[in-house]
Amino acid sequence: MSNVSADANQSASNEQPESSNRRKFLTVATSVIGGVGAVGAAIPFVASWNPSAKAKAAGADIEVDISGVAPGQLIRVMWRSKPVWIVRRTPELLASLEGIEDQLRDPSSEQEQQPVYAQNRYRSIKEEYLVLVGICTHLGCSPQHLADGAFAEYAEGVPEGFFCPCHGSKFDMAGRVFQGVPAPLNLVVPPYQFLTDTTLLIGSDA
Amino acid sequence: MNGFLNWIEQRIPMMRVANMHAIQYPAPVNMNFWYVFGFLATIVLVNQIVTGIWLTMNFEPSAERAFFSVEYIMREIDFGWLIRYMHSTGASAFFIVVYMHMFRGMIYGSYQKPRELLWVFGMLIYLALMAEAFMGYVLPWGQMSYWGAQVIVSLFSAIPVIGPDLVIWIQGDYVISGATLNRFFALHVIALPLVIVILVFLHIIALHEVGSNNPDGIAIKHKKGSLAEEDKTKYKIHEYYTDKYDIADDVVPFFPHIVLKDLVAFSIFLGGFAYIMFFAPEMGGYFLEHPNFEIANPLKTPEHIFPVWYFTPFYAILKAVPDKLFGVLAMFGAIAALFALPWVDRGSVRSWRYRSGLHTWNLIIFAIVFIFLGYLGGTPQADWKIVASQILTVMYFGFFGLLWIYSKNEKTKPVPERITK
Repeated sequence: MSNVSADANQSASNEQPESSNRRKFLTVATSVIGGVGAVGAAIPFVASWNPSAKAKAAGADIEVDISGVAPGQLIRVMWRSKPVWIVRRTPELLASLEGIEDQLRDPSSEQEQQPVYAQNRYRSIKEEYLVLVGICTHLGCSPQHLADGAFAEYAEGVPEGFFCPCHGSKFDMAGRVFQGVPAPLNLVVPPYQFLTDTTLLIGSDA
Repeated sequence: MNGFLNWIEQRIPMMRVANMHAIQYPAPVNMNFWYVFGFLATIVLVNQIVTGIWLTMNFEPSAERAFFSVEYIMREIDFGWLIRYMHSTGASAFFIVVYMHMFRGMIYGSYQKPRELLWVFGMLIYLALMAEAFMGYVLPWGQMSYWGAQVIVSLFSAIPVIGPDLVIWIQGDYVISGATLNRFFALHVIALPLVIVILVFLHIIALHEVGSNNPDGIAIKHKKGSLAEEDKTKYKIHEYYTDKYDIADDVVPFFPHIVLKDLVAFSIFLGGFAYIMFFAPEMGGYFLEHPNFEIANPLKTPEHIFPVWYFTPFYAILKAVPDKLFGVLAMFGAIAALFALPWVDRGSVRSWRYRSGLHTWNLIIFAIVFIFLGYLGGTPQADWKIVASQILTVMYFGFFGLLWIYSKNEKTKPVPERITK
């Protein structure tokens, strides 16, 4: 438009002197409003990639009745399509957790793999009950629970633990990772709470 | 920055194309509001493509799941309702702007020599658009989807000898079924959009080769050397045009002048579009028909069955003819007649501004006939409507017949040499 010579635009230039400030203002105002509109129009498209109401319902908190879990027993439940282990640990097992800490990578759970209320030696709210997401922190396989001395084959002197069949990562009965294995972090403790003494809610904090 | 742009320019003609087709494209100064609909159609096309891609992310093209997956999109996906309504409102908006765009071409004679191919590409887009819209309407698998597909596919059974087998082949089954739905889905989301985009590309290339028409129907390109220096445009116009012609001082560069004008129209259009989308997405049953909120049921035809509003003029023509084969022929003939418009009109004056009063009335009556046929095709049957649609069908074709007759020796007004003089 700067190519317009004076005579091509004679009447216009006589009556309305060109104001570059006004033009600049209009250009910026149009661009800004247009930009806001474009961003606004993008919101639904971005937001529609979030989990749908159906997916959210499928990922909702689950209630678990643990009254029937015997000492030493592990039960598996599904939360957000992932295995969650609930173990009722015996007093002897709990007592043994301290002695193996020199073999562990992160014995005091400094890495954020658990809610704050599970950042303790037992990685649980109540010492007796361990709640873990049963997914190896290496590449996502689900480790096996080896009890009654079967775990000693992989970790000398440790009778019980979790062993990942995929790449040999090892975890103790608080989900803490051993040194010298591919998994970098302790197993994840999901957010959970006790609704009653024998009912767990997995998925949200108290 | 300049170095980078040069680096690109030497490898792909980005600026050259931008200059040739937008920044230095000569657009007649007198383009009025009728000239915004091509731009709006492009915008709607982009809207349909983007929202369509998003809809396929959750739509399931099977007879068992299609209806429920649409409900799922409406109820359980964040903003799914909005994206679907953008798509469904966009479908109707597409036809509104395309019909306006076509009528613009008719009143200003934009189909006449040398723009015949431009018109034919436009008509092909219109045809592909109708197929696209029809197949899209089948996908939600509601009652209207099903029975609409039933009626439209059955049209092909009117073809002598091969008709019945052709219908089975189209359906992929002995009835409209999941197989039909699945292939319509493939055509709707891949094949036809691809065809439409290619045709739009060709439409624009053809437009820029012959140049934009204008409300006066006067050429802005003059023979090389025929214009005095002071009559030539002072704007920078691309050499592609100025090398071959003298460009009169009747033009402005397409960008920013015409684009900004189009943006004003776009904001007004967007206001209307958003109003319908948010407050009346069904448009009282015209954009989304009420029987379509019920899942397809092969055992029960809805009480009143019509196509969506943009097909109803042709549907009225189909119903007007009391013979299956000839009804179908009349319907397709109505579209074929539009294709032939550049050769039906034997005149050389383009715009209705400088043509006879007869031509003006012929155009206005044609528009009214088209709208009234749409009304007849989109409302429940009645005896008087059959007679009315027969009369209007004759009038529809009468437009072309009359045009062919009077355009040969039409009494036209003197056409000015230049737009601005």
